[in-house]
Amino acid sequence: MSNSIVHYASITKKITMSIIGLFLAIFLLIHLSINLLLLSSDGGKSFAAAADFMGTNIFIQIFEKVLFLAFILHILLGIFLWWYNQSARPIKYVKPNVSTTSSGSKFMIHTGVIVFIFLILHFLNFYLVKIGVVNVPEGAASQHDFYTMAQMLFGNVFYSVVYIISFIALGIHLNHAIQSGFQSLGLEHSKYTNFIKGLSTVYAILIVIGFSIIPIYFLIAA
Amino acid sequence: MDLTLKIWRQANAQAKGKMVDYKVSNISPDSSFFEMLDILNQQIIEKGDDPVAFDHDCREGICGTCSLYINGRPHGPESGITTCQLHMRRFKDGDTIFVEPWRAKAFPIIKDLIVNRGAFDEIIQAGGYVSIGTGGTPDANAIPIPKYDSDKAMDAAACIGCGACVATCKNASAMLFVAAKVSQFAYLPQGKVEAKRRVQAMVAKMDELGFGNCSNTYACEQECPKEISVSNIAKMNREFLSAKLCGQTQE
Amino acid sequence: MTKLNSKVPEGPLAQKWTKYIEEQKLVNPSNKRKLDIIVVGTGLAGGSAAASFGEAGYNVKSFCYQDSPRRAHSIAAQGGINAAKNYPNDGDSIYRLFYDTIKGGDYRSREANVYRLATVSNNIIDQCVAQGVPFAREYGGLLSTRSFGGAQVSRTFYARGQTGQQLLLGAYSALSRQIKAGTVKMYTRRDVLDIVVIDGRARGIIVRNLVTGEIERHSAHAVVLATGGYANAFFLSTNAMGSNVTPAWSAYKKGAFFANPCYMQIHPTCIPVHGDFQSKLTLMSESLRNDGRIWVPKNIEDAEKVRKGQLKANDIKEDDRDYYLERRYPAFGNLVPRDVASRAAKERCDAGYGVGTGFAVFLDFKDPIKRLGKDVIEARYGNLFQMYEKIVDDNPYETPMMIYPASHYVMGGLWVDYELMSTIQGMYVLGEANFSDHGANRLGASALMQGLADGYFVIPNTIANYLADQIHVPRFTGKEIEFDEAQNAVQARLDKLMNIKGSQSVDEFHKKLGKIMWNYVGMARTAESLKIALEEIPKLRAEFWKDVKVTGNQQEYNPELEKANRVVDFLELGELIARDALHREESCGGHFREEHQTENGEAKRNDADFMYVGAWEYKGEDNPPELHKEPLIYENIEVKIRNYK
Repeated sequence: MSNSIVHYASITKKITMSIIGLFLAIFLLIHLSINLLLLSSDGGKSFAAAADFMGTNIFIQIFEKVLFLAFILHILLGIFLWWYNQSARPIKYVKPNVSTTSSGSKFMIHTGVIVFIFLILHFLNFYLVKIGVVNVPEGAASQHDFYTMAQMLFGNVFYSVVYIISFIALGIHLNHAIQSGFQSLGLEHSKYTNFIKGLSTVYAILIVIGFSIIPIYFLIAA
Repeated sequence: MDLTLKIWRQANAQAKGKMVDYKVSNISPDSSFFEMLDILNQQIIEKGDDPVAFDHDCREGICGTCSLYINGRPHGPESGITTCQLHMRRFKDGDTIFVEPWRAKAFPIIKDLIVNRGAFDEIIQAGGYVSIGTGGTPDANAIPIPKYDSDKAMDAAACIGCGACVATCKNASAMLFVAAKVSQFAYLPQGKVEAKRRVQAMVAKMDELGFGNCSNTYACEQECPKEISVSNIAKMNREFLSAKLCGQTQE
Repeated sequence: MTKLNSKVPEGPLAQKWTKYIEEQKLVNPSNKRKLDIIVVGTGLAGGSAAASFGEAGYNVKSFCYQDSPRRAHSIAAQGGINAAKNYPNDGDSIYRLFYDTIKGGDYRSREANVYRLATVSNNIIDQCVAQGVPFAREYGGLLSTRSFGGAQVSRTFYARGQTGQQLLLGAYSALSRQIKAGTVKMYTRRDVLDIVVIDGRARGIIVRNLVTGEIERHSAHAVVLATGGYANAFFLSTNAMGSNVTPAWSAYKKGAFFANPCYMQIHPTCIPVHGDFQSKLTLMSESLRNDGRIWVPKNIEDAEKVRKGQLKANDIKEDDRDYYLERRYPAFGNLVPRDVASRAAKERCDAGYGVGTGFAVFLDFKDPIKRLGKDVIEARYGNLFQMYEKIVDDNPYETPMMIYPASHYVMGGLWVDYELMSTIQGMYVLGEANFSDHGANRLGASALMQGLADGYFVIPNTIANYLADQIHVPRFTGKEIEFDEAQNAVQARLDKLMNIKGSQSVDEFHKKLGKIMWNYVGMARTAESLKIALEEIPKLRAEFWKDVKVTGNQQEYNPELEKANRVVDFLELGELIARDALHREESCGGHFREEHQTENGEAKRNDADFMYVGAWEYKGEDNPPELHKEPLIYENIEVKIRNYK
């Protein structure tokens, strides 16, 4: 694998990374909008309806496969680039670099790893339950009763803290990632650069807050 | 001023190097960083030891020969200058100053603080030119060039090839250097003719030489003594993408 | 005297170059591959020459001491490059550029060479634009020009304050293209230590690989030197630290004549020396004199207080200031030519009116700021003010700048004929390293023009005329006895330097030489001062060979050895400069003899006795060099007195 990846130009890899990344960012927004339905006071009816739609619509089913592929590529490419970039400076500086950099840009691999770990947890708790690999937790009506599963998980303070921390990491990741994706694609213009950077930050904050209020809501409710 | 210097010493490319401590005293705050090193070297020579080797030539910030990674920043703590333009008044009496060479796989150490930046020349040789010979060129005013484009090309062309961008990049990427050249020609009608071939050839050479990828940390822009903008990198990405998508295959 | 044949073609001035090209011998493309050319130096002249040779199909070897050909000191030129394009429609022409250059050179340059320079100046601009050099442009998209010292027209093309850099990068890119194509082989970090002459023809060089210390031999059918100037003989100069005379000096010792070494340009607007440890002087663009007013305190007591820090420049009242340039030269004021401005500053400082360390004068922007507003001044000089502030840590908007002259450029160099060939057959000298085009004084923005003219347009033609006869000469192997001899001599010299193991560092000697040069062979010379120099320099040289300390060893990267080897040659060259200056009993351009001045302190030429090129022939270590004269004949220009009052 690595040989064929090496074969592609560095910029090709960056462009691939950014296209996938921006795609994943759009997915996040969809995911968030569905999750926010958890907050509606109808006992999870609208959330269940949305989940049901996501679980059965044929278009979404195809989209899901693409999404998995994107995740895998994004992660593998990210790890590969990190490894490759490390090797471009075999001997490190004694005095660590103190240049000003785009915030979070130096920690993409770190925040990425945190998000990845969370992703595994998330799969164990939801996706693998859905497809029947992991047993339905006690208390949930069926393997599709995500509302109850979420309610139970978020009732756990420890899980909620892990959840929020993961999203803060994702926020840091996104804050750099969105504008970086535009830069890699060459979508840059002095008139719009600041807007894109702002958008990047606003988006990151939106994701962090949007996802984090859900466990907070459930904690308070519990 | 009295200072403690921690300097990377390495006898040659093969030798193992290490940080060595030196002390200098009575340094005038008005002297330049290199003049301070000159004084240190004078001390070392008086003792009969080998003076610290460092690259320098014009000492006015234009030739791009000087390097030095000072206290975690290429060209030291002040932005927009080269090491030769750095003056000791930027430091405090009693400071400890770390001085290291540029670190990158593509810039092997020759001695002490001197590295081989031949990789930059190789990148230019791969396509950093307009393929015309001497003579037989049209009148200089035959092709009007919008002032905006010309100014943008000049901004990019100001690169002195010092390698600070590589030195500061966490990935030792040469993207800003390559982008500056690609972008200069991309702005000008003279360079457009072979733009697609150029960007692919230069990027391929850059990759081959072992520079890392760009992570868009923008540290390069912060440390560039000529303050070359990372918008040139975006422009190169654009050029590259269009060359890959609709350019002819390379010969 | 018959030895110097300038080989200027017959015919009317304007047709000489065309006629030459029409009649020169050519080399068939298939033969060019069999011919080797060595080019030393990769500045504007050397870089453009090597690239042009490569394009033509010759087999080229290019050498530089820097780590990359892009770093040659041509890169530091700021102002611009002249060309007789007449784009602004202000009456410029090839003849006018020619005339201004001859006049600016105080009638000490060769007519035919200068006319050719003016002719090809236009091609240079075309060439550079085609290469992608981003010259400044107007909103209409056409090239912008500005005016420069010594001319009444606007003919200077520029790329911000980095014209030299952009032109050099143009030549470097052309060179890089040839390196890729395999026609040019590039050797960086090499010091050229000797020229190899076989049967009276230059056939190779001996170089030291600065990284490994290895001594290498390189052979060729012709050798081209484009090694720049030797202002570093003054230790403090605006040249790069590595700029040196060694290749040119080796050529001199092998039979190339050294012409007019005493013509040195001292630039008036440099940042003054601030201490003993200073290594280098920084030039600030001459354009500052367009608005800035130069002055020193009128009372010597005030000057003393200023030097002691008891009195600030701004506290000195208007009546107590001496705007000496405006006082002495009411017509040109602060805009007198470089040599005049430099000497006037020295005169004031020597008289005790200097400020700062005593060797500085004020350059004041208070009045123009009041008249035009800070914004206008910032737009015009902002980057220069910033540079000054970074170096000196003083705000020029509030307190006057301090400036002092510094050695900057040399008009003298190896003697060459019309074909740029030295007195050694097959050895060519280009750019600042030769003596040919600037006479006794160079005008601003002309150095870049000359370097590129020589490299792109002159030498590719003239070298063919020589090489056409060389096609039957087989490649040299580098094993010829002359190579052995040259290498042995170089090795012996390096061994000798390493083995002295004295007590003083190379820099100490270089600084001492610099002081002698500056004090006795500097801006204003007298027979007396020059005689002192002629005594002091040999003494210093003897001391050097007894007491210099070179650390490290030869088989490694050794900057001390590099410096030592360069200083050896400066120590010899310094003497030749003084000797030439002593023999030239007149004042002209960059050579000012205090004995030869008008009542008003202006330079007084002696055309009757000295209208010639003084070319020195090396006669061995123990004998004085012999002077040869090439008379200068002005057929197309009326010789006048330069007057800027």
